[in-house]
Parts: sequence; structure tokens; C-alpha cells
Amino acid sequence: MAARKSTRKPNVSADELLGYYRDMLLIRRFEEKAGQLYGMGLIGGFCHLYIGQEAVVVGLEAAAEEGDKRIATYRDHGHMLACGMDPDGVMAELTGREGGYSRGKGGSMHMFSKEKHFYGGHGIVGANVPLGAGLAFADKYRENGRVTFTYFGDGAANQGQVYETFNMAALWALPVIFVIENNQYAMGTSQQRSTSTADIYTRGAPFGIPGELVDGMDVLAVKAAGEKAVAHCRAGKGPYILEIKTYRYRGHSMSDPAKYRTREEVQKMREERDAIKHVRQLLLSGDHASEDDLKAIDKEIKEIVNASAEFAKESPEPALDELWTDVYADMAPQNA
Amino acid sequence: MTTEILMPALSPTMEEGTLAKWLVKEGDTVASGDILAEIETDKATMEFEAVDEGTIGKILVPEGTEGVKVNTPIAVLLEEGESADDIDSSAPAPEAAQADAGEEAPAAGGSDETAPAPAQAKAPEPDETPDWPEGTTLKQQTVREALRDAMAEEMRGDDSVFLMGEEVAEYQGAYKVSQGLLDEFGAKRVVDTPITEHGFAGLGVGAAFGGLRPIVEFMTWNFAMQAIDQIINSAAKTLYMSGGQMGCPIVFRGPNGAAARVAAQHSQDYAAWYMQVPGLKVAMPYSASDAKGLMKTAIRDPNPVVFLENEILYGRSFDVPDLDDYTVPFGKARIWRRGGDVTIVSFGIGMTYALEAAEKLAGDGIEAEVIDLRTLRPMDIPTVLKSVQKTNRCVTVEEGWPQGSVGSYLASVIMREAFDWLDAPVIPCTGKDVPMPYAANLEKHALVTTDEVIEAVRKATYR
Repeated sequence: MAARKSTRKPNVSADELLGYYRDMLLIRRFEEKAGQLYGMGLIGGFCHLYIGQEAVVVGLEAAAEEGDKRIATYRDHGHMLACGMDPDGVMAELTGREGGYSRGKGGSMHMFSKEKHFYGGHGIVGANVPLGAGLAFADKYRENGRVTFTYFGDGAANQGQVYETFNMAALWALPVIFVIENNQYAMGTSQQRSTSTADIYTRGAPFGIPGELVDGMDVLAVKAAGEKAVAHCRAGKGPYILEIKTYRYRGHSMSDPAKYRTREEVQKMREERDAIKHVRQLLLSGDHASEDDLKAIDKEIKEIVNASAEFAKESPEPALDELWTDVYADMAPQNA
Repeated sequence: MTTEILMPALSPTMEEGTLAKWLVKEGDTVASGDILAEIETDKATMEFEAVDEGTIGKILVPEGTEGVKVNTPIAVLLEEGESADDIDSSAPAPEAAQADAGEEAPAAGGSDETAPAPAQAKAPEPDETPDWPEGTTLKQQTVREALRDAMAEEMRGDDSVFLMGEEVAEYQGAYKVSQGLLDEFGAKRVVDTPITEHGFAGLGVGAAFGGLRPIVEFMTWNFAMQAIDQIINSAAKTLYMSGGQMGCPIVFRGPNGAAARVAAQHSQDYAAWYMQVPGLKVAMPYSASDAKGLMKTAIRDPNPVVFLENEILYGRSFDVPDLDDYTVPFGKARIWRRGGDVTIVSFGIGMTYALEAAEKLAGDGIEAEVIDLRTLRPMDIPTVLKSVQKTNRCVTVEEGWPQGSVGSYLASVIMREAFDWLDAPVIPCTGKDVPMPYAANLEKHALVTTDEVIEAVRKATYR
């Protein structure tokens, strides 16, 4: 399959498109449900929704192979669903229940799945970037041909450790793809007010890391860029930067009054650039699916999400002795 | 089935709010994501979006209403095919919904249940087995050589172990601790890094997540302050945050504390800092045999280990057992000297002052029992308590600052566990509460001294 594809006349199969539609819709409906559960007080603390950015992870997961690794930030629900983690386990972690991926001890920002090669879920902005390069270091050490997708935002791109990592990753030709999910707002500060140069993808150039700007509202464009980056890494050519322009429809976290942008700006993105609508149109216009087919998918997704919410409500809170487990891998907690 | 729209919680602390403005009216069709209303919380005015699609059948709470409790029904949404007639105004639904949410909501902190501590044997007996069997051949070795040998032995035994840090390879180590390792193991496993502590500490942690066993050398622990977020937030907490799925087997090592005349930014003792962190293990050896045995244990440990060495001790020679695989367990103190008059507890370079003071005090007929903790987390409290129950007095010695020191922690534990045995207050001897000065005479005064330890012992023994 050619790595480069025109997105104007997509040469993709119906099954592929239906898969993307389904995966993106799952993330959106899941996040809407999470927002609802937050409103009901069932989810606490911080909860960062991924609504609007779905095409980024779904496109890149389409470019990944079994065994490739991914590591994300605190806005991580979409990444977990896209790599195949169980919606029930993710939702139950959001509600802080025993059935959650971390048995309720990690929460929205701290979830992991060794099985799916998902290495978190990290709450400190920028800190997951050297961690991702370390995963790639381990793969290179083992010469196993794997690549690591290291996701971070336009806000994190101003952290010093990102550039420390660029330097080492280039120096040692580590197989890591730095995915900058540029949703244009670092919490409430727009990119124009926080970032001296507009094109973040060029920031690897001084280190010799190629970078590319990608339309993050077009899942096929993301997939094509991902395939190119993966091929670069697997060929032993070192790291690659993808700056993926996307847009988050909701606030930074649930308690964001969103006064830094207008309602019209958000509405315009939703109406004109929505990634799910885009695939929906491709499916309908290409006669790949009927309205009824899509309705059936909508229904199926709604059921999965409702079931995950039910599971997350029904799963009990962790037993109190869980407080003292998992502090050390091999010994009792101290001062218990 | 009509759907109730409930007053949402829009921040982690919100309990009620003002329904400032409705942006829809009865009869309007809404889709998921449409803005329904503006709600004022204690922090801000927020927009509230629809989750489900449908028609607004009835607005239950008019705009301008203050103090609307979270989870109160504020409107009713009709699905396709329903009409306002389907709304049963006398239905108990609102109440039920509220009660339901109330029950479902996780108890917010104020739970009066207390988590049971895991079953633990009360006051375990100290492990007093000798570090090596009688008759073992001993050789003289410096702390520096012992550390190098420990790393080399573990690297031979496990190909997932590698060393990275500034100047560890071609330069042979800024303090020559990694001498010869590049020659034996090659550049793949002995990795010179750029001067980038924050970055390579994080990269090391990631490599540990990825299945390797990194040894990360900091040229000094002073520089590791740039990396402390990765050590604590990424290395120490991940096992817990992942519900036990993902551990971080990594050793962070390097010289700690004052060297000589390098002044404030290069002379800090971090023992008390790292000792505080659950998830970390912390070793701080004094002798060469302990440096070797603890380092081997640290490399095999499945948890992150902070290994605090000392530049002044690197060149000191001690007896080291000539054994193929000599290890020292964590959490087992070593009694260097037996005595019945006072217990002196120390670790790392503090042992120099402790042993010197004990020697001088013996000349005056005061017999001190000197305990080297060797590891600060886990800490061998049983050995300390057993000794204090015998001597009834305790002095602690360290180079770090006094407030929140290792000694102050020991004093609190001894007070709690051995109060009735104490004949005098526990006296912590520490470095002075100042940044380290450069001038030779001031530096000497800033550090803990043997004379201060002797004076503390005299105070504690009233002699």
C-alpha cells in the first residue's frame, strides 16, 4: 500500500472507513458520557475530554502495528479506546472503582495497559516526552523494530525537557514519533500568546529531526502522515515529528469557563471541520454505507458506552486495604 | 421514557450554583454538544452542553434561580416520538434521581471508615546474622572500586542492565567510578549522555518501563534536583498509579552531600528528602563492602532505588569479602561497635564522625553502640529500638540540615515506640541550618563535627 495518499479522492475501502467512523464515534460518545457522569458527581477531580480531536489517535493507530508503543498525556481517554483498551475498564477508572484499569488508584490521568502497550496517562505536562524516548531506547536496545508514539500538546511543546529529549532522540536515532496534538490552546492560552514561532513541527529541525504539519480533522491525512513517520523510524532513521492541527470542542478540563475563545469559533469548527462528519460524508457520498447502516453503528456505540457507564456505576469502590497495595513490587508498605 | 437534565457539577468542588440563563426554550430541538444554559459556579460562569439529543419538553428551574443543588432536575428532554404530555409532573423521578446520585457518588473524603493497615508482626526482632560467613577471605578495596565491581558483576549477569550518565563512558566517570566499564561492555551499555539531567532521568525511567534495568548516574545529586520530578512523579508513583501493572526497576546513583570547598550549590545532603517518598528505596552506604553489596541488591530490585554515595568516601579503603556474589539486603542495619551506655545511629559519611566520637568516648569510659542504618527506606527500626532499650539513650548523626532531618524522624519513632526506656531526650546531630559556605573555616563549622557528637553523647549520658 502506498504510504502517500491523496485525501481529495481517498482510495480507501469501505471497511476501513467504517472502522474509523466507528472508532471515532466511540471516543466521542464515551467522552460525552464521561462529561455527563462528571456532572452527576460520579467522576471527580480533573477530567480532560478529547472531543474534537478523535481523528488524531484513530488515524495514527491505523498506522501502527502490533507491539508498537504509545504514551500520552492527561488527555488520554481517546488514546486508550483507540488502542483497544476496554471502555468498561476506562470508565470504571474514571469513577474510581475496583473495575478500573488501575483499580481506582490512578484516575482519569493515570491509566496503563501493558497488554495494549499503553504506557500512560501522565499528569505532568511534558514529562511523558522523555519517558516515550526511553521506551524507544529500550526497543532500539532490543533491536525489535518497534516504534513509540509519544503524544503531547502545543502547551507541552514549550517545556525544556521536550528539547532535551529531541537532542537525545536524534543523537541516538531512537525510533520515536513525537506527536504534537496542536489543539491551539494551552489550557486557556492561545498558541499566539504562548509560542514564539507558529510552526511547532519545525522545532526539531535544529536537531535534524524531520517534521510535518498534518490536518488533524482528516483521519486519512493523519493515517498517511503516520505511515510515513513509522516507515522512517522503522528504517532506523531516528525520530520524526508530526504536528497535528486539531481542535478541542470542550474546555481544558471540566471546570473551564472557556472565556478565552468565542462560542462562534467553536461552533464554526464543529460545523465545518468535524472529523466524524467528514468520514460520514465520505461513506455516504461514496455509497459505502447507507443512513441506516450508520444509524445501526450509532446505536451499537451508544450501547457500548451505556454499558461502560453502567459498569462504572455498579463496580464497587476499591476495598480499603487497596490503600496499602502496589507501593512496592516486593515488600510491604512502610509506616503502615 | 423522557430524560431529565440534571444540574451539573462543573468543578471538582461545586455543590450548588446559579442557573444564570437558559439558551434554549421549551419546544427547541437540541443535539449533543449544543449549549443549553449558562451556570454560575463559585469560580466562573460556565456554559452547559447537551449530552443527548431530543426536544426540550419542560424547563423545571427558571433562569435566575440561585443555590440550585447539583443533580437537581432542571429540565426534561423528550426523545423522538414523545410529547410534553409524556411528562408526569407528579412522578417521583426527580427525587429518585437525586437519591440515586447521592448513593452513587463516591464519598468525598469525609468517610469515617479508616483503612486497615496491612497485618504486620508487632516489633519484629532485628536480623543479626553476620554480613559474611566466618572465615571468608577479605580484601582491601576502595568504595570506588567496590561500586564499579558491583555494577560490572550485575551487567555480566543480566544484559538488560546498562549504565548511563554524564562522562560515564569515555571519561571513565567524573569520579572514576565507572572505570573500565566501557571497555568491557561497549558503548551500547555504557552510555555517555549530554548534560541534560531532566531529560536523561526521564529517558531512563521510560527505558525501565520498557523492560530494561537502567543505572542512571548523576554527576552529583545536586544536579538531580533538575530531574526530581521524573524520580518522584514518574519513577516512584507509577506502580501505585497503575494498580501494580507497571513497575520501574531503576537505580539513580551518584555522590551526595558535601565534598570539599565546593560551596552551597554542590554540597547538599538529600537523604531526608528522598527518604520521605513512598515507592522509592533509599540506600546510603558508608563502607566499601556495603557499597558493593547494596549496589548489587539495588540493581536487582524491582523498584526505583535512590543510591546516595559520597565523594570523600570514594577513596577510602575497607575490608570487602572476596565472594562471587556478595549482596547486602535492604532494611538491615549494621552494628559497628557494641556498647551499653548510648546508641549512636548514623549512615553514610556521618559514620565517620560517629565512629571517631565512639573511639574517643571509650577513652573516657563511655561505651557507645554505633549503628549504621545503611538504607533509609526501608529503615531497620527494630535494630535501633533494641539497642535503645538497652542503652536508654540515643544520638543521631548526619550531615544534612536539622529541620525534617533523618534524626528528627528517628527521634519521633523512638519516642513513640520506646518512650518508657528513654533516660534522656534523643539528640540529633546535623549539619548547620545554612547553605554551605565556601571559606574553609566556615565550611568546617557548617558540617557536623566529631566534637559535637561527643558533646551530644555527654549530654545524653549526663557525664
